[in-house]
Amino acid sequence: MQNALNEPQTIVLLGGTSEIGRAIVDELLSVSTQTLVLACRRPDEAQPERFAADGLHVAVEYFDAAATETHDGFVRKLAAEHGDIDIAIVAFGVLGVQSQFDDDPHAAAQAVHVNYTGAVSTSLAIAAQMRRQGHGQIAVLSSVAGERARAGNFVYGSSKAGLDAFAQGLGDSLAGSGVKVTVIRPGFVHSRMTRGLKSAPLATTPRVVGELAAAGIRKGKHTVWTPGVLRYVFMVLRHVPRPIFRRLPLG
Amino acid sequence: MTTSVPASRGHRALLAGWGLAASSATELVDVDAGTLAAAVKDLPARGGIARGLGRSYGDPAQNAGGHVLRLAPTNEHIVIDDVAGTVTAGAGVSFDDLLAVIVPRGYFVPVTPGTRFVTIGGAIASDIHGKNHHADGSFGDHVTSLRMMLADTTVVTVGPDNDPDLFWATVGGMGLTGVIIDATFRLIPVDSSRMSVETRRIDNLDDIMSRMAASDSNVRYSVAWIDLLAKGKHLGRGVLTNAEHATATQLAASQATDPLCFDAKQIVAVPPIVPAPGVINRLSVTAFNELWYRKAPLVRQGELQSIPAYFHPLDLVGNWNRVYGRQGFLQYQFVVPFGAEDVLRAVIERISAATLPIFLTVLKRFGAGNPGHLSFPIGGWTLAIDVRAERAGLSALLNGLDTLVLDAGGRHYLAKDFQTSPAAVRRGYPRLDEWLAIRERVDPAGVWASDLSRRLGLTPFRTN
Repeated sequence: MQNALNEPQTIVLLGGTSEIGRAIVDELLSVSTQTLVLACRRPDEAQPERFAADGLHVAVEYFDAAATETHDGFVRKLAAEHGDIDIAIVAFGVLGVQSQFDDDPHAAAQAVHVNYTGAVSTSLAIAAQMRRQGHGQIAVLSSVAGERARAGNFVYGSSKAGLDAFAQGLGDSLAGSGVKVTVIRPGFVHSRMTRGLKSAPLATTPRVVGELAAAGIRKGKHTVWTPGVLRYVFMVLRHVPRPIFRRLPLG
Repeated sequence: MTTSVPASRGHRALLAGWGLAASSATELVDVDAGTLAAAVKDLPARGGIARGLGRSYGDPAQNAGGHVLRLAPTNEHIVIDDVAGTVTAGAGVSFDDLLAVIVPRGYFVPVTPGTRFVTIGGAIASDIHGKNHHADGSFGDHVTSLRMMLADTTVVTVGPDNDPDLFWATVGGMGLTGVIIDATFRLIPVDSSRMSVETRRIDNLDDIMSRMAASDSNVRYSVAWIDLLAKGKHLGRGVLTNAEHATATQLAASQATDPLCFDAKQIVAVPPIVPAPGVINRLSVTAFNELWYRKAPLVRQGELQSIPAYFHPLDLVGNWNRVYGRQGFLQYQFVVPFGAEDVLRAVIERISAATLPIFLTVLKRFGAGNPGHLSFPIGGWTLAIDVRAERAGLSALLNGLDTLVLDAGGRHYLAKDFQTSPAAVRRGYPRLDEWLAIRERVDPAGVWASDLSRRLGLTPFRTN
């Protein structure tokens, strides 16, 4: 159960090695937190010791975002072992390389499957659990790449566009259930995922995203842009004519 | 012919405590003595908890994913026994309704909290205290017997002499031993419905505390408001109000014709929409505290006040809890034993240094505690503060205060708590294991559960 300050006792990070996900966890952890579950496909890379603290139990669980048929059972098992899930962060995802996708449609489909389909089934399984428990909060990692697709990463962008729309709808469908959904929309973040890529304007770091996302989650916001100014940037970018948009130096 | 009573249909509801800080979804079921058994049999895996008027600040009367049983206020069953000086009433009856019946008959409740809008069931489950704790103890001390429904729907009558273990586990037990159906408790006889009040403005904490200590034996009601924004040599300045029930002869001629007149009303209500940050901020509270302090006389004795004016001033403003805005607020109340005055001072210093916008503060001396395993009061000093539920700095401040309080042998009040941890309850309530054993005896399947019991690990962990 969360307390009056919306500090969770149990946090589940889906995509347990995600840098942004872990940065959000860093900010959400408090002395009230008793259990942190890092759910990921490569448990040996989860480094649970990084979160070690007095009174905190850190568990690492094998979880495959692509194996959608396992998701409901996985979430039920989590609840049976660790109790109510106060906050779940859906942070897994693959960026991929757009130029490779052009020649390998199957790889593109697999990336979209993880980013969108996998996140849909995971979020629905979590939402069902939280509906049963009558409380909880789901943070979904979207991306500004989904706000308007760019030539440079439109497979990734379109998967996040779908996920973003899904998460908004999920949030509305949960009104009155005691469960809230917060959509996190980071801009370009310097992380392992983007290593080697050219930085986009208003680039930020996992830590900054973590701080802003956690503050938004605690306040029960529907949407968190990181950095916040991106909200207004995209208000404009959304309406820029395509021939111009195509030429903008957006990284 | 036998008829089966159908379980009352519940409806989905988002419930929060008085602090409005965090809500959870539940099935809210209205019950009375006739439908209670069916409703208890109907409880899902996530169990149920009784709810009165929802005046606990935190989460003890909500049960996410389970059921919440709201008891009907059966006013018609208020029975006064003039010989024994007791009253028997349904657990859903509010103090507001009760006072309207008993005051004109020359009685007062043995203990009243700062609001009339609590139920008798809630008063027992929280073992509430009032401004007379140092003289009269807490509410449970005055209960002679109560009837309750256990998890298996059997109804038992318990009291200090009748299964005292279960009785004292229920007094202060936060509803986690069963549903209280009705209770019999002692009343105190009063001559008038007026209070004779002495108000004193005092410039620093030491003076307030020494004056309170000195008046333990000869003042029935005593409480101090503290200005937590005051610093330096004014640290802990405040207003001390002591009171007694006025005798009929003390009343002015105009009141003497109807000395037991009881007329409690609300004069204004806070609208449902309050600007997002609320109206409580450092500026408004600094101004309020200065005014409140200055408006108090240096000394004023023998002022006659009505029961609502002295005991329940906040009830004059309906839904005053909305002033903190959307995030809600929490009340932090702790007690430290006598001898730990330096800890109390350290806590006040820390709060003052944090310059939080706090206007509602109550400092009070407790007398000795009772045998209730989870009953809050112990002989010592208790301080309660209301503060907006904003995390920036507050979490760290309160965690620090928790450590000070627990290290001093103090504890937190579960009826207010919405912030501490299972470990804090275990340290603060050394008889927790005894209580858990009694709970296990009467509710082995873990039927009773609340958000508070889950958060603080008071009930066994069950999945849905």
